[in-house]
Amino acid sequence: MAAIAESVPKPASRFRFILDRRDVLGTIFIAPAVLYVLLLVGVPLLLAVYYSVSAYTIYNPTWQFVGLANFSELVRDPVFQKTLTNTFILTFGSQILGLVLGKFGALLLMRPFPGRKLVRAIIILPWAVPIALATVAWQWMFDSLYSVINWTLIALGLITRSQAPNWLGTPDLAMLSVIVVNAWRFFPFAIVIFLAGITAVPQDVLDAATVDGAGFWRRNYQIIVPMILPIVAIGLIFGIVFTFTDLSVVFLMTMGGPVDATSVLGFKGFQVGIVSGDVSHGAAISLFMLPVLLVVVIFMLRFIRRREI
Amino acid sequence: MRQGALAKAVQETSFYGAVAFFFILAAFPFYWMVITSFKTNSDLYNVSHIPFWFNDPPTLEHFRYLFEKTLFATWLLNSLIIGLCVVAITLVTALPAAYSLARMTGRSGETLGIGIFLTYLVPPTLLFLPLSRVIAVLGLQNSMWSLVLIYPTFTIPFCTWLLMGFFKAMPPEIEEAAVVDGCSLFGAFIKMALPLSLPGILTAVIFTFTLTLQEFVYALTFISSSNQKPITLGVATDLIRGDIFYWGEIMAGALIASIPVAIAYNFFLDRFIAGITGGAVK
Repeated sequence: MAAIAESVPKPASRFRFILDRRDVLGTIFIAPAVLYVLLLVGVPLLLAVYYSVSAYTIYNPTWQFVGLANFSELVRDPVFQKTLTNTFILTFGSQILGLVLGKFGALLLMRPFPGRKLVRAIIILPWAVPIALATVAWQWMFDSLYSVINWTLIALGLITRSQAPNWLGTPDLAMLSVIVVNAWRFFPFAIVIFLAGITAVPQDVLDAATVDGAGFWRRNYQIIVPMILPIVAIGLIFGIVFTFTDLSVVFLMTMGGPVDATSVLGFKGFQVGIVSGDVSHGAAISLFMLPVLLVVVIFMLRFIRRREI
Repeated sequence: MRQGALAKAVQETSFYGAVAFFFILAAFPFYWMVITSFKTNSDLYNVSHIPFWFNDPPTLEHFRYLFEKTLFATWLLNSLIIGLCVVAITLVTALPAAYSLARMTGRSGETLGIGIFLTYLVPPTLLFLPLSRVIAVLGLQNSMWSLVLIYPTFTIPFCTWLLMGFFKAMPPEIEEAAVVDGCSLFGAFIKMALPLSLPGILTAVIFTFTLTLQEFVYALTFISSSNQKPITLGVATDLIRGDIFYWGEIMAGALIASIPVAIAYNFFLDRFIAGITGGAVK
């Protein structure tokens, strides 16, 4: 009895001792988060790489190794080549459009005017609202029969009803529509990022430049832009990653169509890997995103390092 | 003198014109959502009507239909359950992790922190194939619990990064004083650091919840039964019967699901930006 009673406080104090060591407790504290991410992001990532070099389908789940056969089949497939091109067109198109809108929007919102808070609150909406729901609203605006855009064009006398474009049913227009919706989603974020950067530029630097005779454009492009570049870079990275890997907009608006005109990597990977159950080819398609993502990550790491110095 | 006034008037007009352009660009799809969800069908599908306002009196018919004849209420509840569970998992893992990165692990922790943040950039479209296999192995396919399991893979990195910023901004002296007074490190975290970081925790909760509401890809991949869908997936994919889109109902559902997220973002925008730019913006 006495022996048991004596031994009780001992583990408690050892426990207490562990909880008081900064490095030990630090490791215990961070372990659950690291494990969660390792198990459900790290392992699946490796699994995706393995699927892409195997012959795995959901109907025939073999782990047979086929080397780079899936990849070489893909790069020779004209539909896949189109998908790859589409993905780059979509990403560049929507990022450039989004950045231009973002820069001008930020310039406008910098100046105080009555109702600025309300305007800012409204402008944030495209980025805040779930993209799937906003996309459905756009799909309705691009409707083949009841498109409000076509109605307006007809009412303005720019086109007649028989000329009314079928936005999502014509290859080039469908691509344009997908680019517009992605840019529309991105530009509020770009505005916010630009604003955050511009307000971080010290006013005395700008005043000094003005005194030295720098005009509006010169202040803009030789002082503000270089100074806010790091922040804009981070915003751009997010924009690129989210657009380059997009599935929602294409899935809801065009289903990759018409005839693969808007098929992008994320969508194709979904169709092949999930809908058709051809996991190995689906994984190979998705992995084509990896090089771009790696470049983005390296860029980001270098930027973070530089900022710390 | 008069020429100066004229130039100023032109400048002002073009300024407000540009503001109006941005306002309309951002708001019009939502205006369209609102007006569609309150219009009668005969008004919606009549091209001779001017579509920008009500030609028939507004109606609540679409909202009634949504709640009485569809699974909309179930989807709302599903999203609420998923959101709350993910918030709980995220807080339990991200709070200690963020504290550890901010206070305990020093230089190596910084590298680890960047590593965790970078996983936020790994897109769902790269992971959904292997994860759908993992979900199948666990027997969670076609169940909303699969989303409870998977959503923390992006909310934990995001919130760890966000909360790390909060802990770093807090003066360490308070916890140090508690330790000197005989409190354990763990006790200092629970009794001192957590209560003081309540605004940060609140921000993390709001953003975790909105991130789960915004997610679409994993939900689309893992769930096909209507009664297991979260609201975003349900509204976007389940209100289409055959080839017919019920635009009134779809827009009404989208409107209801969008409002809370829109409000949350406007209140917490600055903290969100500080979170993702890693405190580069002050």
